[in-house]
Amino acid sequence: MLRYSLKRLLSLAISLIIASLVIFLVIEVAPGDPASFMLGINAQEDTLNALREELGLNQSKLERYLSWTFGMLQGDFGTSYTYRTPVADMVQDRLWVSLPLALYALTLSTLIAFPAGIYAAARRGRAGDIGVMGATQLGIAIPNFWFAMMLVLVFAINLRWFSAGGFAGWDKGTFAALKSLTLPAIALALPQAAILARVMRSALLDVLGEDFMRTARAKGLTRAQALRRHGLRNAMIPVLTILGLQFSFLLAGGIIIEQVFYLPGLGRLIFQSISARDLIVVESITMLLVFAVIVVNFAVDLAYAAVDPRLRSRT
Amino acid sequence: MNRNLIFGGALSALMVLAALMSFVWTPFEHTAMDIPSKLQAPNGVHWLGTDHFGRDIFSMIMVGARTSIAVAVVAVGIGFSLGVPLGLWAAARRGSWADEIIMRGNDLIFAFPSLVIAILITAIFGAGAINAIIAIGIFNIPVFARVTRGGALSLWAREFILAARVSGKGAAWISAEHILPNIANLLIVQATIQFSLGILAEAALSYVGLGAQPPTPSWGRMLADAQTLVSIAPHMALVPGFAIILTVLGLNLLGDGLRDVLDPRLRVARS
Repeated sequence: MLRYSLKRLLSLAISLIIASLVIFLVIEVAPGDPASFMLGINAQEDTLNALREELGLNQSKLERYLSWTFGMLQGDFGTSYTYRTPVADMVQDRLWVSLPLALYALTLSTLIAFPAGIYAAARRGRAGDIGVMGATQLGIAIPNFWFAMMLVLVFAINLRWFSAGGFAGWDKGTFAALKSLTLPAIALALPQAAILARVMRSALLDVLGEDFMRTARAKGLTRAQALRRHGLRNAMIPVLTILGLQFSFLLAGGIIIEQVFYLPGLGRLIFQSISARDLIVVESITMLLVFAVIVVNFAVDLAYAAVDPRLRSRT
Repeated sequence: MNRNLIFGGALSALMVLAALMSFVWTPFEHTAMDIPSKLQAPNGVHWLGTDHFGRDIFSMIMVGARTSIAVAVVAVGIGFSLGVPLGLWAAARRGSWADEIIMRGNDLIFAFPSLVIAILITAIFGAGAINAIIAIGIFNIPVFARVTRGGALSLWAREFILAARVSGKGAAWISAEHILPNIANLLIVQATIQFSLGILAEAALSYVGLGAQPPTPSWGRMLADAQTLVSIAPHMALVPGFAIILTVLGLNLLGDGLRDVLDPRLRVARS
């Protein structure tokens, strides 16, 4: 297990280094000079140079890459060009919207998908199964931002149960904050729940055909008991993979949903920074998201290896 | 006959037909503004209503289908034409450093949140259909490479490949002549799925203003326009939304149907 963990850790480090290089290079070749963007077209050459000096834009590419990456390792994400505040502080505020939103959506998606998938697998080929599978086909085809608009139309504009957008803030109490995240979380969760339910169903169907399930039935367990004690546990491996992947989809997918609901999360920050050419913010948030995705996948990999010793021998 | 195949095929064909038809005929000029008849609900003259400039939504949907299909086709094409050769190469040199590098590179692209990178690319190099295509296309490469390698690996162990090697054919020749035709089924099904994902991605990018730019109509931007007007003119959001859903649903069903028809072994395993 230790050997496996170390091996995975090494490939995690390599992935992160390559990812940071790619992001840095993409931002590097971006047209437009942040200094002249900030000062406007009438800026004098010496003022421009002074600002470039201050922002560290005059250093060589290598120096800038190294100071960016080593800064991040110490929790220093640089200073925003436009707001003149540390990026880390800006990100922290926004993270308190984006992260709860992703977790909320993940919870909803799991709560919908698990029962639906198990139900469909248990009634394979019958009306219930066909109904659930049809619903998931539809769920996959619906763009989440369109679904979000429909939720606003029905539950905010017509029924007035929720507000159409904005975030109440955690200082208004947990309930108010969660309430303003509810419609966005439902919109984010729907397509993910559809995918998860399909994975859950097919994983269970695979397990149901196994010999040990027949043995469980032969020793006198009912279908439901065998499913609960032996089936679910073995079906969890593919389901866990998808759950890990979904967390990253939800974090990133939140970017679009935040636009629909005017939520002050990371997504809105990225868009604001892009239009203000505040590239250091864009660079750091992108890296942060990639970091989150890679680390979550790493954790999922380790989680399986802990659950299923067979996987440790494979690399 | 397979129900998914018929229903999915019909829906997909309908969209392609609408797109092709728009080159020769639309009920109205899709860019023609007519302010006095703005925000009309669907009626006899404007079958799917009008938008906030009085443009005919039916015509915009038809021309928008062109944008969606064009972006998705080229994006899938990029993924296919780069991913398939890479996958074949990795399978032919399985276990070598080339295989390792290709597959690790794939894992890396998979690890990137695709939407974030697509937004980054379009935001930095400029919003527009071309950059949207590139951004979506890049993330199709590892998908095709992985499917190709997976399918090809099992073939390399088969006897007819051994026979081809004994007869003196090289790895590239065998890949093209024997491996590729045998994994064509897999690739066609995967291409259908990627095509539907491409349509969704294009809609999302256009929705946030990073896809095709005005006056080129696109379903995603029609939804963005509808957002502030959704309470007074719900049809502006409903119509493009249904267009996207029906297209994606049709393509997914077509993919399922094709898989069942092209590979009868799977049908037995699944039922």
